[in-house]
Amino acid sequence: MDYSAIFTYMYTEIALIAVIVAALLYDLIAGKRGRKAFHAFMCILMLLFIAGTIFPYHSETAEIFGGMYVYSPVAGIVKSVLAIGTLLVFLQSDSWLRREDTEFKRGEFYVLTLSTLLGMDFMISSGHFMMFFIGLELASVPMACLVALDKYRHNSAEAGAKYILSALFASGLMLYGISFFYGTTGTLYFDDMAAGINGSPLQIMAMVFFFTGLGFKISLVPFHLWTADTYEGAPTAVTSYLSVVSKAAAAFALMVVLIKVFGPMTEYWQTLLYIVIILSITVANLFAIRQKNMKRFLAFSSISQAGYIMLAVISGTPYGMTSLIFYALVYMVANMAAFGVISAVEQNSDGKVGMDDYNGLYRTNPKLAVIMMLALFSLAGIPPFAGFFSKFFIFTAAFEQGFHVLVFIALINTVISLYYYLLIVKAMFINKNDTPVATFRSDGSTRLSLLLCLAGIIVLGLASCIFDGINLYSFGI
Amino acid sequence: MEYYLVVSTIMMFVGIYGFLTRRNLLAMLISVELILNSVDINFVVFNRFLFPGQLEGFFFSLFAIGISAAETAVAIAIIINIYRNMRNIQVKNLNKMKW
Repeated sequence: MDYSAIFTYMYTEIALIAVIVAALLYDLIAGKRGRKAFHAFMCILMLLFIAGTIFPYHSETAEIFGGMYVYSPVAGIVKSVLAIGTLLVFLQSDSWLRREDTEFKRGEFYVLTLSTLLGMDFMISSGHFMMFFIGLELASVPMACLVALDKYRHNSAEAGAKYILSALFASGLMLYGISFFYGTTGTLYFDDMAAGINGSPLQIMAMVFFFTGLGFKISLVPFHLWTADTYEGAPTAVTSYLSVVSKAAAAFALMVVLIKVFGPMTEYWQTLLYIVIILSITVANLFAIRQKNMKRFLAFSSISQAGYIMLAVISGTPYGMTSLIFYALVYMVANMAAFGVISAVEQNSDGKVGMDDYNGLYRTNPKLAVIMMLALFSLAGIPPFAGFFSKFFIFTAAFEQGFHVLVFIALINTVISLYYYLLIVKAMFINKNDTPVATFRSDGSTRLSLLLCLAGIIVLGLASCIFDGINLYSFGI
Repeated sequence: MEYYLVVSTIMMFVGIYGFLTRRNLLAMLISVELILNSVDINFVVFNRFLFPGQLEGFFFSLFAIGISAAETAVAIAIIINIYRNMRNIQVKNLNKMKW
Protein backbone atom coordinates (compact mmCIF):
# COMPACT_ATOMS: atom_id res chain seq x y z
CA MET A 1 0.00 0.00 0.00
CA ASP A 2 1.12 3.50 -0.76
CA TYR A 3 1.43 5.23 2.56
CA SER A 4 2.02 8.66 1.11
CA ALA A 5 -1.68 8.79 0.15
CA ILE A 6 -2.55 8.84 3.84
CA PHE A 7 -0.66 12.05 4.36
CA THR A 8 -1.87 13.56 1.12
CA TYR A 9 -5.56 13.08 1.75
CA MET A 10 -6.01 12.51 5.48
CA TYR A 11 -4.07 15.63 6.45
CA THR A 12 -6.88 17.08 8.60
CA GLU A 13 -7.10 14.05 10.84
CA ILE A 14 -3.33 13.64 11.08
CA ALA A 15 -2.94 17.28 12.07
CA LEU A 16 -5.74 16.95 14.60
CA ILE A 17 -4.14 13.89 16.16
CA ALA A 18 -0.92 15.87 16.45
CA VAL A 19 -2.83 18.64 18.24
CA ILE A 20 -4.39 16.11 20.63
CA VAL A 21 -1.01 14.58 21.43
CA ALA A 22 0.44 18.03 21.99
CA ALA A 23 -2.38 18.88 24.38
CA LEU A 24 -1.90 15.62 26.28
CA LEU A 25 1.86 16.14 26.59
CA TYR A 26 1.50 19.78 27.60
CA ASP A 27 -0.96 18.76 30.31
CA LEU A 28 1.56 16.21 31.60
CA ILE A 29 4.75 18.24 31.39
CA ALA A 30 3.77 21.84 32.08
CA GLY A 31 4.46 23.06 35.56
CA LYS A 32 2.47 25.59 37.50
CA ARG A 33 3.62 28.49 35.40
CA GLY A 34 3.15 26.55 32.19
CA ARG A 35 -0.46 25.79 33.00
CA LYS A 36 -1.22 29.50 33.05
CA ALA A 37 -0.31 29.62 29.37
CA PHE A 38 -2.20 26.41 28.54
CA HIS A 39 -5.18 28.32 27.24
CA ALA A 40 -3.16 30.55 24.94
CA PHE A 41 -1.16 27.52 23.80
CA MET A 42 -4.29 25.59 22.82
CA CYS A 43 -5.88 28.55 21.07
CA ILE A 44 -2.75 29.23 19.03
CA LEU A 45 -2.47 25.54 18.19
CA MET A 46 -6.08 25.44 17.02
CA LEU A 47 -5.54 28.60 15.03
CA LEU A 48 -2.54 27.03 13.28
CA PHE A 49 -4.56 23.88 12.68
CA ILE A 50 -7.40 25.86 11.12
CA ALA A 51 -5.03 27.99 9.06
CA GLY A 52 -3.37 24.85 7.72
CA THR A 53 -6.53 22.99 6.77
CA ILE A 54 -9.11 25.64 5.98
CA PHE A 55 -8.85 25.36 2.20
CA PRO A 56 -9.13 21.93 0.58
CA TYR A 57 -5.78 21.07 -1.01
CA HIS A 58 -7.19 18.78 -3.65
CA SER A 59 -10.18 19.32 -5.83
CA GLU A 60 -10.80 15.66 -6.61
CA THR A 61 -12.31 12.93 -4.45
CA ALA A 62 -9.99 10.12 -3.46
CA GLU A 63 -10.31 6.87 -1.56
CA ILE A 64 -7.75 5.51 0.84
CA PHE A 65 -7.65 2.39 3.01
CA GLY A 66 -9.46 0.51 0.27
CA GLY A 67 -12.41 2.88 0.21
CA MET A 68 -12.95 3.04 3.96
CA TYR A 69 -11.96 6.68 4.06
CA VAL A 70 -13.15 8.98 1.30
CA TYR A 71 -11.55 12.35 0.81
CA SER A 72 -13.79 14.96 -0.74
CA PRO A 73 -13.15 18.71 -0.81
CA VAL A 74 -16.61 19.53 0.51
CA ALA A 75 -15.99 17.35 3.56
CA GLY A 76 -12.77 19.31 4.03
CA ILE A 77 -14.77 22.53 4.16
CA VAL A 78 -17.16 21.09 6.73
CA LYS A 79 -14.20 19.99 8.83
CA SER A 80 -12.77 23.50 8.86
CA VAL A 81 -16.19 24.88 9.84
CA LEU A 82 -16.26 22.43 12.75
CA ALA A 83 -12.71 23.38 13.74
CA ILE A 84 -13.61 27.07 13.79
CA GLY A 85 -16.54 26.22 16.06
CA THR A 86 -14.21 24.34 18.38
CA LEU A 87 -11.83 27.29 18.52
CA LEU A 88 -14.71 29.58 19.49
CA VAL A 89 -15.71 27.17 22.26
CA PHE A 90 -12.12 27.12 23.53
CA LEU A 91 -12.00 30.90 23.59
CA GLN A 92 -15.22 31.06 25.59
CA SER A 93 -14.38 28.28 27.99
CA ASP A 94 -11.40 30.00 29.60
CA SER A 95 -13.21 31.86 32.37
CA TRP A 96 -15.10 28.71 33.32
CA LEU A 97 -11.90 26.63 33.31
CA ARG A 98 -10.09 29.15 35.48
CA ARG A 99 -12.41 28.43 38.40
CA GLU A 100 -10.80 26.52 41.20
CA ASP A 101 -12.95 23.41 40.95
CA THR A 102 -12.33 23.01 37.22
CA GLU A 103 -8.77 24.26 36.82
CA PHE A 104 -7.21 20.81 37.14
CA LYS A 105 -9.58 19.47 34.49
CA ARG A 106 -8.44 21.91 31.83
CA GLY A 107 -6.34 19.37 29.96
CA GLU A 108 -9.10 16.80 30.05
CA PHE A 109 -11.51 19.31 28.61
CA TYR A 110 -9.25 20.08 25.66
CA VAL A 111 -8.40 16.47 24.92
CA LEU A 112 -11.98 15.25 25.15
CA THR A 113 -13.29 18.06 22.99
CA LEU A 114 -10.66 17.43 20.34
CA SER A 115 -11.37 13.69 20.43
CA THR A 116 -15.01 14.31 19.62
CA LEU A 117 -13.89 16.60 16.83
CA LEU A 118 -11.67 13.83 15.49
CA GLY A 119 -14.60 11.41 15.63
CA MET A 120 -16.76 13.83 13.67
CA ASP A 121 -14.04 14.28 11.07
CA PHE A 122 -13.84 10.54 10.54
CA MET A 123 -17.61 10.26 10.48
CA ILE A 124 -18.13 12.81 7.73
CA SER A 125 -15.48 11.40 5.46
CA SER A 126 -16.15 7.72 5.92
CA GLY A 127 -16.85 5.38 3.04
CA HIS A 128 -17.78 2.32 5.03
CA PHE A 129 -20.33 1.78 7.75
CA MET A 130 -17.75 0.52 10.22
CA MET A 131 -15.76 3.72 9.85
CA PHE A 132 -18.96 5.67 10.15
CA PHE A 133 -19.98 3.88 13.31
CA ILE A 134 -16.57 4.25 14.93
CA GLY A 135 -16.54 7.94 14.09
CA LEU A 136 -20.00 8.42 15.52
CA GLU A 137 -19.09 6.68 18.74
CA LEU A 138 -15.78 8.52 19.01
CA ALA A 139 -17.89 11.66 18.77
CA SER A 140 -20.45 10.64 21.37
CA VAL A 141 -18.56 8.73 24.08
CA PRO A 142 -16.11 11.54 25.01
CA MET A 143 -19.06 13.89 24.70
CA ALA A 144 -20.77 12.07 27.56
CA CYS A 145 -17.63 12.57 29.66
CA LEU A 146 -17.69 16.26 28.77
CA VAL A 147 -21.33 16.61 29.76
CA ALA A 148 -20.61 15.02 33.13
CA LEU A 149 -17.37 16.98 33.62
CA ASP A 150 -18.68 18.97 36.58
CA LYS A 151 -18.49 15.89 38.77
CA TYR A 152 -19.81 17.30 41.98
CA ARG A 153 -22.77 19.15 40.58
CA HIS A 154 -25.95 17.11 40.62
CA ASN A 155 -27.29 18.56 37.38
CA SER A 156 -24.17 17.68 35.43
CA ALA A 157 -24.26 14.06 36.52
CA GLU A 158 -27.95 13.81 35.74
CA ALA A 159 -27.38 15.31 32.29
CA GLY A 160 -24.51 12.89 31.67
CA ALA A 161 -26.61 9.87 32.59
CA LYS A 162 -29.47 10.98 30.37
CA TYR A 163 -27.08 11.62 27.51
CA ILE A 164 -25.09 8.39 27.64
CA LEU A 165 -28.12 6.13 28.06
CA SER A 166 -29.98 7.73 25.17
CA ALA A 167 -26.80 7.67 23.09
CA LEU A 168 -26.33 3.96 23.74
CA PHE A 169 -29.96 3.23 22.94
CA ALA A 170 -29.83 5.24 19.73
CA SER A 171 -26.61 3.66 18.55
CA GLY A 172 -28.07 0.23 19.27
CA LEU A 173 -31.07 0.99 17.07
CA MET A 174 -28.81 2.39 14.37
CA LEU A 175 -26.65 -0.73 14.38
CA TYR A 176 -29.76 -2.88 14.13
CA GLY A 177 -30.68 -0.99 10.99
CA ILE A 178 -27.19 -1.35 9.53
CA SER A 179 -27.23 -5.09 10.23
CA PHE A 180 -30.28 -5.53 8.01
CA PHE A 181 -28.65 -3.51 5.27
CA TYR A 182 -25.70 -5.86 5.52
CA GLY A 183 -28.05 -8.83 5.37
CA THR A 184 -29.83 -7.62 2.24
CA THR A 185 -26.89 -6.24 0.28
CA GLY A 186 -23.89 -8.22 1.51
CA THR A 187 -21.55 -5.28 1.83
CA LEU A 188 -20.90 -2.33 4.10
CA TYR A 189 -19.15 -0.04 1.62
CA PHE A 190 -21.27 2.96 0.75
CA ASP A 191 -20.64 2.68 -2.97
CA ASP A 192 -21.30 -1.05 -3.26
CA MET A 193 -24.30 -0.89 -1.00
CA ALA A 194 -26.09 1.65 -3.18
CA ALA A 195 -26.19 -0.96 -5.95
CA GLY A 196 -28.06 -3.41 -3.73
CA ILE A 197 -30.63 -0.98 -2.38
CA ASN A 198 -34.05 -1.65 -3.89
CA GLY A 199 -36.54 -0.28 -1.37
CA SER A 200 -37.89 -3.60 -0.11
CA PRO A 201 -39.94 -3.39 3.11
CA LEU A 202 -37.06 -4.82 5.14
CA GLN A 203 -34.75 -2.10 3.86
CA ILE A 204 -37.30 0.59 4.61
CA MET A 205 -37.51 -0.64 8.18
CA ALA A 206 -33.73 -0.76 8.40
CA MET A 207 -33.49 2.78 7.09
CA VAL A 208 -35.90 4.02 9.74
CA PHE A 209 -33.77 2.36 12.42
CA PHE A 210 -30.64 3.90 10.93
CA PHE A 211 -32.25 7.31 10.75
CA THR A 212 -33.16 7.06 14.43
CA GLY A 213 -29.52 6.82 15.40
CA LEU A 214 -28.56 9.97 13.54
CA GLY A 215 -31.80 11.73 14.41
CA PHE A 216 -30.74 11.32 18.00
CA LYS A 217 -27.42 13.05 17.37
CA ILE A 218 -29.08 15.90 15.49
CA SER A 219 -31.90 15.86 18.11
CA LEU A 220 -34.84 15.90 15.76
CA VAL A 221 -38.20 15.74 17.38
CA PRO A 222 -39.23 12.20 18.11
CA PHE A 223 -35.68 11.65 19.42
CA HIS A 224 -35.13 14.98 21.14
CA LEU A 225 -36.12 14.13 24.71
CA TRP A 226 -32.55 14.10 26.02
CA THR A 227 -31.68 17.46 24.50
CA ALA A 228 -33.18 19.99 26.87
CA ASP A 229 -32.07 18.18 30.02
CA THR A 230 -28.56 17.59 28.77
CA TYR A 231 -28.15 21.15 27.56
CA GLU A 232 -29.34 22.55 30.85
CA GLY A 233 -27.20 20.31 33.03
CA ALA A 234 -23.96 20.39 31.05
CA PRO A 235 -21.36 23.12 31.60
CA THR A 236 -22.17 26.06 29.31
CA ALA A 237 -19.07 25.68 27.15
CA VAL A 238 -19.96 22.05 26.52
CA THR A 239 -23.55 22.97 25.75
CA SER A 240 -22.51 25.38 23.05
CA TYR A 241 -20.18 22.77 21.58
CA LEU A 242 -22.94 20.16 21.68
CA SER A 243 -25.55 22.40 20.15
CA VAL A 244 -23.48 23.55 17.21
CA VAL A 245 -20.51 21.44 16.28
CA SER A 246 -21.85 17.94 16.86
CA LYS A 247 -25.17 18.87 15.31
CA ALA A 248 -23.61 20.26 12.14
CA ALA A 249 -21.36 17.23 11.73
CA ALA A 250 -24.19 14.76 12.15
CA ALA A 251 -26.44 16.66 9.75
CA PHE A 252 -23.77 16.67 7.07
CA ALA A 253 -22.98 12.99 7.62
CA LEU A 254 -26.67 12.17 7.35
CA MET A 255 -26.93 14.02 4.08
CA VAL A 256 -23.89 12.27 2.63
CA VAL A 257 -25.23 8.84 3.57
CA LEU A 258 -28.70 9.57 2.29
CA ILE A 259 -27.31 10.74 -1.03
CA LYS A 260 -24.60 8.14 -1.50
CA VAL A 261 -26.23 5.03 -0.09
CA PHE A 262 -29.95 5.60 -0.07
CA GLY A 263 -30.15 7.38 -3.41
CA PRO A 264 -32.42 4.65 -4.85
CA MET A 265 -34.81 5.08 -1.92
CA THR A 266 -35.21 8.84 -2.23
CA GLU A 267 -38.99 8.91 -2.06
CA TYR A 268 -39.02 6.94 1.20
CA TRP A 269 -36.53 9.05 3.09
CA GLN A 270 -38.06 12.24 1.78
CA THR A 271 -41.39 11.19 3.28
CA LEU A 272 -39.67 10.34 6.53
CA LEU A 273 -37.84 13.67 6.64
CA TYR A 274 -41.01 15.53 5.72
CA ILE A 275 -42.78 14.31 8.84
CA VAL A 276 -39.74 14.78 11.05
CA ILE A 277 -39.11 18.34 9.86
CA ILE A 278 -42.68 19.48 10.52
CA LEU A 279 -42.62 17.84 13.96
CA SER A 280 -39.19 19.24 14.91
CA ILE A 281 -39.87 22.80 13.93
CA THR A 282 -43.37 23.02 15.36
CA VAL A 283 -43.01 21.07 18.59
CA ALA A 284 -39.68 22.66 19.49
CA ASN A 285 -41.06 26.16 18.84
CA LEU A 286 -44.07 25.55 21.03
CA PHE A 287 -41.91 24.21 23.84
CA ALA A 288 -39.41 27.04 23.55
CA ILE A 289 -42.10 29.61 24.29
CA ARG A 290 -42.66 28.33 27.81
CA GLN A 291 -39.02 28.05 28.92
CA LYS A 292 -37.66 30.11 31.79
CA ASN A 293 -34.03 29.00 31.68
CA MET A 294 -31.77 30.44 29.00
CA LYS A 295 -29.86 27.23 28.30
CA ARG A 296 -33.05 25.22 28.10
CA PHE A 297 -34.57 27.84 25.88
CA LEU A 298 -31.63 27.70 23.49
CA ALA A 299 -31.88 23.90 23.55
CA PHE A 300 -35.39 24.04 22.13
CA SER A 301 -34.36 26.75 19.72
CA SER A 302 -31.54 24.50 18.53
CA ILE A 303 -33.99 21.63 17.99
CA SER A 304 -36.08 23.81 15.73
CA GLN A 305 -32.94 25.04 13.95
CA ALA A 306 -32.05 21.39 13.35
CA GLY A 307 -35.42 21.05 11.66
CA TYR A 308 -34.50 23.90 9.36
CA ILE A 309 -31.16 22.27 8.59
CA MET A 310 -33.05 19.14 7.56
CA LEU A 311 -34.84 21.24 4.93
CA ALA A 312 -31.53 21.35 3.11
CA VAL A 313 -31.09 17.60 3.45
CA ILE A 314 -34.53 16.80 2.09
CA SER A 315 -33.75 18.51 -1.21
CA GLY A 316 -30.76 16.26 -1.84
CA THR A 317 -29.31 18.60 -4.47
CA PRO A 318 -25.81 20.11 -4.63
CA TYR A 319 -27.45 23.45 -3.91
CA GLY A 320 -29.02 21.90 -0.82
CA MET A 321 -25.65 20.69 0.41
CA THR A 322 -24.13 24.14 -0.05
CA SER A 323 -26.96 25.75 1.86
CA LEU A 324 -26.61 23.13 4.61
CA ILE A 325 -22.95 23.99 5.14
CA PHE A 326 -23.63 27.70 4.93
CA TYR A 327 -26.53 27.39 7.35
CA ALA A 328 -24.35 25.44 9.77
CA LEU A 329 -21.68 28.14 9.60
CA VAL A 330 -24.12 31.00 10.17
CA TYR A 331 -25.98 29.14 12.88
CA MET A 332 -22.65 28.42 14.53
CA VAL A 333 -21.57 32.05 14.85
CA ALA A 334 -25.01 33.19 16.01
CA ASN A 335 -25.42 30.43 18.56
CA MET A 336 -21.85 30.80 19.81
CA ALA A 337 -22.48 34.49 20.35
CA ALA A 338 -25.62 33.74 22.35
CA PHE A 339 -23.87 31.08 24.42
CA GLY A 340 -20.85 33.32 24.87
CA VAL A 341 -23.04 35.98 26.44
CA ILE A 342 -24.82 33.41 28.60
CA SER A 343 -21.53 31.96 29.74
CA ALA A 344 -20.07 35.40 30.50
CA VAL A 345 -23.13 36.35 32.55
CA GLU A 346 -23.11 32.99 34.30
CA GLN A 347 -19.44 33.20 35.27
CA ASN A 348 -19.68 36.77 36.52
CA SER A 349 -22.89 36.54 38.51
CA ASP A 350 -22.67 33.24 40.42
CA GLY A 351 -24.39 31.09 37.85
CA LYS A 352 -27.43 33.11 36.82
CA VAL A 353 -29.06 31.51 33.77
CA GLY A 354 -32.75 32.25 34.35
CA MET A 355 -34.56 34.40 31.86
CA ASP A 356 -35.65 36.80 34.59
CA ASP A 357 -32.02 37.46 35.45
CA TYR A 358 -31.65 39.06 32.06
CA ASN A 359 -34.19 41.76 32.87
CA GLY A 360 -32.49 45.10 32.54
CA LEU A 361 -29.21 43.68 31.24
CA TYR A 362 -28.95 46.55 28.78
CA ARG A 363 -28.67 49.04 31.61
CA THR A 364 -25.68 47.36 33.23
CA ASN A 365 -23.96 45.56 30.35
CA PRO A 366 -25.02 47.30 27.15
CA LYS A 367 -22.43 45.66 24.88
CA LEU A 368 -23.35 42.12 25.88
CA ALA A 369 -27.03 42.92 25.48
CA VAL A 370 -26.49 44.25 21.98
CA ILE A 371 -24.45 41.21 20.95
CA MET A 372 -27.15 38.92 22.34
CA MET A 373 -29.78 40.86 20.44
CA LEU A 374 -27.91 40.62 17.13
CA ALA A 375 -27.34 36.88 17.68
CA LEU A 376 -31.04 36.33 18.36
CA PHE A 377 -31.98 38.41 15.30
CA SER A 378 -29.66 36.27 13.22
CA LEU A 379 -31.16 33.07 14.65
CA ALA A 380 -34.64 34.34 13.87
CA GLY A 381 -33.63 35.39 10.35
CA ILE A 382 -34.07 39.14 10.27
CA PRO A 383 -32.78 40.57 6.97
CA PRO A 384 -29.51 42.43 7.26
CA PHE A 385 -27.92 39.63 9.28
CA ALA A 386 -26.49 36.36 8.07
CA GLY A 387 -29.35 34.30 9.46
CA PHE A 388 -31.73 35.73 6.89
CA PHE A 389 -29.57 34.66 3.98
CA SER A 390 -28.95 31.18 5.29
CA LYS A 391 -32.68 30.62 5.86
CA PHE A 392 -33.37 32.02 2.41
CA PHE A 393 -30.96 29.55 0.76
CA ILE A 394 -32.41 26.65 2.71
CA PHE A 395 -35.95 27.52 1.74
CA THR A 396 -34.93 27.95 -1.89
CA ALA A 397 -33.27 24.55 -1.89
CA ALA A 398 -36.39 22.83 -0.58
CA PHE A 399 -38.78 24.90 -2.69
CA GLU A 400 -36.96 24.01 -5.91
CA GLN A 401 -37.62 20.34 -5.24
CA GLY A 402 -41.34 20.94 -4.90
CA PHE A 403 -41.81 20.94 -1.14
CA HIS A 404 -44.06 23.99 -1.22
CA VAL A 405 -46.30 23.15 1.73
CA LEU A 406 -43.30 22.21 3.84
CA VAL A 407 -41.56 25.51 3.17
CA PHE A 408 -44.79 27.33 3.96
CA ILE A 409 -45.08 25.60 7.34
CA ALA A 410 -41.44 26.40 8.05
CA LEU A 411 -42.09 30.06 7.21
CA ILE A 412 -45.01 30.24 9.63
CA ASN A 413 -42.77 28.76 12.28
CA THR A 414 -40.17 31.42 11.63
CA VAL A 415 -42.72 33.95 12.80
CA ILE A 416 -43.42 31.95 15.95
CA SER A 417 -39.72 31.68 16.64
CA LEU A 418 -39.35 35.44 16.22
CA TYR A 419 -41.84 35.83 19.07
CA TYR A 420 -39.80 33.95 21.60
CA TYR A 421 -36.48 35.35 20.47
CA LEU A 422 -37.92 38.81 20.93
CA LEU A 423 -39.10 37.87 24.44
CA ILE A 424 -35.46 37.83 25.49
CA VAL A 425 -34.69 41.07 23.69
CA LYS A 426 -37.65 42.60 25.50
CA ALA A 427 -36.38 41.27 28.82
CA MET A 428 -32.95 42.79 28.24
CA PHE A 429 -34.05 46.18 26.96
CA ILE A 430 -37.51 46.99 28.30
CA ASN A 431 -38.27 44.96 31.45
CA LYS A 432 -37.50 46.72 34.71
CA ASN A 433 -35.39 44.99 37.29
CA ASP A 434 -34.40 46.18 40.74
CA THR A 435 -31.43 43.83 41.00
CA PRO A 436 -29.98 43.47 37.52
CA VAL A 437 -26.76 41.57 36.84
CA ALA A 438 -23.97 43.83 38.01
CA THR A 439 -21.73 45.53 35.48
CA PHE A 440 -18.69 43.41 34.76
CA ARG A 441 -15.85 43.20 32.33
CA SER A 442 -15.45 39.78 30.78
CA ASP A 443 -12.02 38.36 30.09
CA GLY A 444 -10.09 38.97 26.90
CA SER A 445 -10.60 35.66 25.15
CA THR A 446 -14.38 35.74 25.66
CA ARG A 447 -14.43 39.23 24.23
CA LEU A 448 -12.34 38.09 21.28
CA SER A 449 -14.71 35.19 20.56
CA LEU A 450 -17.76 37.44 20.83
CA LEU A 451 -16.12 39.88 18.44
CA LEU A 452 -15.42 37.09 15.96
CA CYS A 453 -19.02 35.89 16.21
CA LEU A 454 -20.31 39.41 15.73
CA ALA A 455 -18.17 39.85 12.63
CA GLY A 456 -19.50 36.52 11.37
CA ILE A 457 -23.12 37.51 11.96
CA ILE A 458 -22.71 40.71 10.01
CA VAL A 459 -20.25 39.75 7.28
CA LEU A 460 -21.14 36.16 6.38
CA GLY A 461 -24.45 37.04 4.81
CA LEU A 462 -23.05 39.88 2.74
CA ALA A 463 -19.88 38.15 1.51
CA SER A 464 -21.38 36.08 -1.26
CA CYS A 465 -17.98 34.62 -2.13
CA ILE A 466 -18.30 32.22 0.81
CA PHE A 467 -21.50 30.65 -0.47
CA ASP A 468 -20.14 30.47 -4.01
CA GLY A 469 -16.90 28.99 -2.76
CA ILE A 470 -18.69 26.16 -1.00
CA ASN A 471 -20.97 25.70 -3.98
CA LEU A 472 -18.00 24.78 -6.19
CA TYR A 473 -17.50 21.49 -4.38
CA SER A 474 -20.97 20.34 -3.38
CA PHE A 475 -22.54 17.23 -4.75
CA GLY A 476 -26.04 15.75 -4.76
CA ILE A 477 -28.16 13.03 -6.23
CA MET B 1 -30.65 -19.25 10.05
CA GLU B 2 -34.23 -18.29 10.94
CA TYR B 3 -33.80 -19.60 14.46
CA TYR B 4 -30.83 -17.34 15.10
CA LEU B 5 -32.72 -14.36 13.73
CA VAL B 6 -35.72 -15.15 15.93
CA VAL B 7 -33.43 -15.18 18.95
CA SER B 8 -31.79 -11.90 18.00
CA THR B 9 -35.13 -10.21 17.30
CA ILE B 10 -36.49 -11.34 20.66
CA MET B 11 -33.35 -10.04 22.35
CA MET B 12 -33.71 -6.73 20.54
CA PHE B 13 -37.28 -6.14 21.65
CA VAL B 14 -36.72 -7.43 25.15
CA GLY B 15 -33.94 -4.85 25.32
CA ILE B 16 -36.20 -2.06 24.09
CA TYR B 17 -38.95 -3.09 26.49
CA GLY B 18 -36.50 -3.25 29.35
CA PHE B 19 -35.00 0.12 28.51
CA LEU B 20 -38.42 1.73 28.58
CA THR B 21 -39.75 0.05 31.72
CA ARG B 22 -36.81 -0.48 34.11
CA ARG B 23 -36.49 2.10 36.85
CA ASN B 24 -32.87 1.44 37.77
CA LEU B 25 -29.99 2.89 35.78
CA LEU B 26 -27.98 -0.34 35.82
CA ALA B 27 -30.95 -2.37 34.64
CA MET B 28 -31.43 0.11 31.82
CA LEU B 29 -27.79 -0.26 30.91
CA ILE B 30 -28.14 -4.04 30.82
CA SER B 31 -31.16 -3.69 28.54
CA VAL B 32 -29.16 -1.57 26.14
CA GLU B 33 -26.43 -4.19 26.18
CA LEU B 34 -29.05 -6.73 25.11
CA ILE B 35 -29.84 -4.57 22.09
CA LEU B 36 -26.18 -4.27 21.16
CA ASN B 37 -25.66 -8.02 21.54
CA SER B 38 -28.64 -8.80 19.35
CA VAL B 39 -27.03 -6.65 16.68
CA ASP B 40 -23.81 -8.62 16.99
CA ILE B 41 -25.71 -11.89 16.54
CA ASN B 42 -27.41 -10.43 13.47
CA PHE B 43 -24.13 -9.50 11.84
CA VAL B 44 -22.50 -12.82 12.52
CA VAL B 45 -25.51 -14.82 11.35
CA PHE B 46 -25.88 -12.86 8.14
CA ASN B 47 -22.21 -13.26 7.44
CA ARG B 48 -22.09 -16.97 8.21
CA PHE B 49 -25.22 -18.02 6.30
CA LEU B 50 -25.66 -15.51 3.50
CA PHE B 51 -22.13 -14.43 2.63
CA PRO B 52 -19.85 -17.21 3.83
CA GLY B 53 -16.97 -16.09 1.63
CA GLN B 54 -16.27 -12.81 3.36
CA LEU B 55 -15.50 -11.49 6.82
CA GLU B 56 -17.05 -8.03 6.94
CA GLY B 57 -19.84 -8.97 9.32
CA PHE B 58 -17.44 -10.67 11.74
CA PHE B 59 -15.19 -7.63 11.76
CA PHE B 60 -18.09 -5.33 12.32
CA SER B 61 -19.38 -7.31 15.26
CA LEU B 62 -15.89 -7.40 16.79
CA PHE B 63 -15.63 -3.63 16.55
CA ALA B 64 -19.17 -3.21 17.82
CA ILE B 65 -18.35 -5.32 20.87
CA GLY B 66 -15.24 -3.28 21.57
CA ILE B 67 -16.99 0.04 21.23
CA SER B 68 -19.97 -1.00 23.29
CA ALA B 69 -17.55 -2.05 26.03
CA ALA B 70 -16.07 1.45 25.99
CA GLU B 71 -19.52 3.00 26.11
CA THR B 72 -20.53 0.78 28.99
CA ALA B 73 -17.41 1.80 30.90
CA VAL B 74 -18.28 5.48 30.51
CA ALA B 75 -21.92 4.83 31.41
CA ILE B 76 -20.96 2.96 34.55
CA ALA B 77 -18.54 5.73 35.52
CA ILE B 78 -21.36 8.25 35.23
CA ILE B 79 -23.72 5.99 37.19
CA ILE B 80 -21.14 5.68 39.97
CA ASN B 81 -20.87 9.45 39.98
CA ILE B 82 -24.64 9.72 40.36
CA TYR B 83 -24.51 7.23 43.21
CA ARG B 84 -21.93 9.40 44.94
CA ASN B 85 -24.11 12.45 44.54
CA MET B 86 -27.41 10.94 45.62
CA ARG B 87 -26.73 7.59 47.26
CA ASN B 88 -28.95 5.62 44.90
CA ILE B 89 -29.44 5.06 41.19
CA GLN B 90 -33.20 5.06 40.78
CA VAL B 91 -34.42 6.90 37.72
CA LYS B 92 -37.12 8.67 39.67
CA ASN B 93 -34.48 10.72 41.44
CA LEU B 94 -33.16 12.14 38.19
CA ASN B 95 -35.96 14.67 38.08
CA LYS B 96 -34.34 18.00 38.82
CA MET B 97 -34.60 19.01 35.19
CA LYS B 98 -37.95 18.52 33.54
CA TRP B 99 -39.88 20.03 30.64
